[in-house]
Amino acid sequence: MKTITAFILTIITLAGFSAPDANEILKKVDKNLSSDNRVMESQITIQGKRGARTISSKTYAMGDKKSFTEYLSPAREQGTKMLKLENQLWIYSPSTDRIIQISGHLLRQSVMGSDLSYEDMMDDRKLTDIYTAKVLGEEEMYGRKTYLIELTAKVTDVAYHSQKMWVDAERFVPLKQEMYAKSGQLLKRLEMKDVIQVKGRWFPTTMVYKDMLKDGDGTEFKISKIEFNVDIPEYIFSKAALKK
Amino acid sequence: MKIAFKLAFRNLIGAGLRTWLNVIVLSFSFVVIIWMKGILVGWDHQAKNDMEQWEIGKGQFWHNQYDPYDGFTITDSHAPIPNEFKPEIEKGEMVPMLFAQGTIYPQGRMQPAMIKGIPANQTLLKIPTHKLDSVTDVIPAIIGEVMARSSHLEKGSRVVLRWRDSKGTFDAAEIEIVDIFSTTVPTIDVAQVWINLETMQEKLLLPEQATLFSFANAEENRPAVGDFRLKTKKELTAEIDAMIKTKSKGQSVFYFILLLLAMLAIFDTQILSIFRRQKEIGTYVALGYTRQQVVTLFTVEGAMHAVLAAALAAVYGIPFFIWQSKVGFTIPMDTSEFGMAIAPTMYPIYSVGLILSTTLIVLLTTSVVSYWPARRIAKMNPTEALRGKIQ
Repeated sequence: MKTITAFILTIITLAGFSAPDANEILKKVDKNLSSDNRVMESQITIQGKRGARTISSKTYAMGDKKSFTEYLSPAREQGTKMLKLENQLWIYSPSTDRIIQISGHLLRQSVMGSDLSYEDMMDDRKLTDIYTAKVLGEEEMYGRKTYLIELTAKVTDVAYHSQKMWVDAERFVPLKQEMYAKSGQLLKRLEMKDVIQVKGRWFPTTMVYKDMLKDGDGTEFKISKIEFNVDIPEYIFSKAALKK
Repeated sequence: MKIAFKLAFRNLIGAGLRTWLNVIVLSFSFVVIIWMKGILVGWDHQAKNDMEQWEIGKGQFWHNQYDPYDGFTITDSHAPIPNEFKPEIEKGEMVPMLFAQGTIYPQGRMQPAMIKGIPANQTLLKIPTHKLDSVTDVIPAIIGEVMARSSHLEKGSRVVLRWRDSKGTFDAAEIEIVDIFSTTVPTIDVAQVWINLETMQEKLLLPEQATLFSFANAEENRPAVGDFRLKTKKELTAEIDAMIKTKSKGQSVFYFILLLLAMLAIFDTQILSIFRRQKEIGTYVALGYTRQQVVTLFTVEGAMHAVLAAALAAVYGIPFFIWQSKVGFTIPMDTSEFGMAIAPTMYPIYSVGLILSTTLIVLLTTSVVSYWPARRIAKMNPTEALRGKIQ
């Protein structure tokens, strides 16, 4: 009897050891996705009722506090710039030659008609800083093995109280993410594809963002070029750079 | 002087159609000016009255940080309800309200909305908050007609409402529109959703907190209490005053044109009279009138146009004014999104002061316009005038 008990205990312990630690997974995800700074060129494709439109832009980001985006095309959006410093956001529109600060209800408006609201762009702290994670199981997605992780906020000032994340078991890149309200209502879904390796880190270059409360096919965010840890001049993150 | 009036009246009536044309034009100016001014007074009265009944009561206490024109302030504009206010709230003489920004998703569209929490049992304001007590498995909410129109929501519609609690965490829940109210006050209607205060405090993690209070006690100069400062009715309705002032200035141009037309006619008549009635002027002087007396006679004659016009205006104007004050004037456009309390139908209010001041202005202007050409008489040579020689 003792032998059987010892055998069962060994099995359980071994099983315990083989189950990946959710926080470890998150750390690896953060390592892949977060960087001191990055410069990227991207195309946002917004699916609307009258077809899709694509906006291309170039973004400079330093840590999670500063970012600067310039819209390159189409002609209507060309020259529009957006600056985010901490929790403040400014937009410069060349047609009016004015810098306006996005605040209040404007933060809740969608960015250029996409499924992203300005406030979605405001919170990009490291996942490990704001969530505790629990592995719910393993699932296959896009032909790859993923860990399904449940994230629950461990700080109070977090945008989404809980999230579900399907993380590639080999590359530690999320392939799908669902964001929930405190009430449990599914608010947003993010699907990530076309994972590439840049300077030793895995990074998804296509993200489909979907506001689950809104109709439509979502917004596709495609990165055409990305560079990590490059030198970005400090003046880029100033209001003066918006009018340049 | 009495004889001057008698003569002037006789001369005027004797002039026949010429006089009556002038009088009709002038009476028209009278009626239009009084009516338009009446509309402005009526609008001012209605807007302030509606604001008092629907939104502000006799005044409000605002959280120090609250600024309805600055979106940044809304998130932090809340504080615990001061103990000093509690007796008034219990008596129903003060209504606490809590504001937060949110988003609704009608028919899969995203629409920003201000969420306002108000006690369901309040009776101070006309907002039908008792409907917030409706039994439903989701959060009962009420909205105004303009909001219902812009979001395509109807009574009984269910829609997802999303907000961030005081810590910044997203939360969302379904609300049911249990009532749609009709008001002329856009600041409680456009892009706003009203829910029960307690539900709101619970959802935002702000128990016993409020953004502002409307109160029934008209006492002026109430001191600031804690984080809340007094906003008197006068301050809260200052925008209406400013709007009325602007409108009134705009209208003055119109009055000026109207009066100018009437005055031109009178001026012309006076010039013509003096030109054509030189023999008469010479006779007056020959009979012993001083030149100044002749000038007075002609001035009175001209000014009497205004008196006759006032009488004529009264004949058709008074029934028109009475009819208008009952039926009102419906603005031929949608006023609901003007951002001010404008009723679609405005009821003019005419005060004695308004009628007297208008009459006085018209009378004075007519007198001046009549006197101006009559001054020439003083320079006339009576013998030449008697001979009818043009001078």
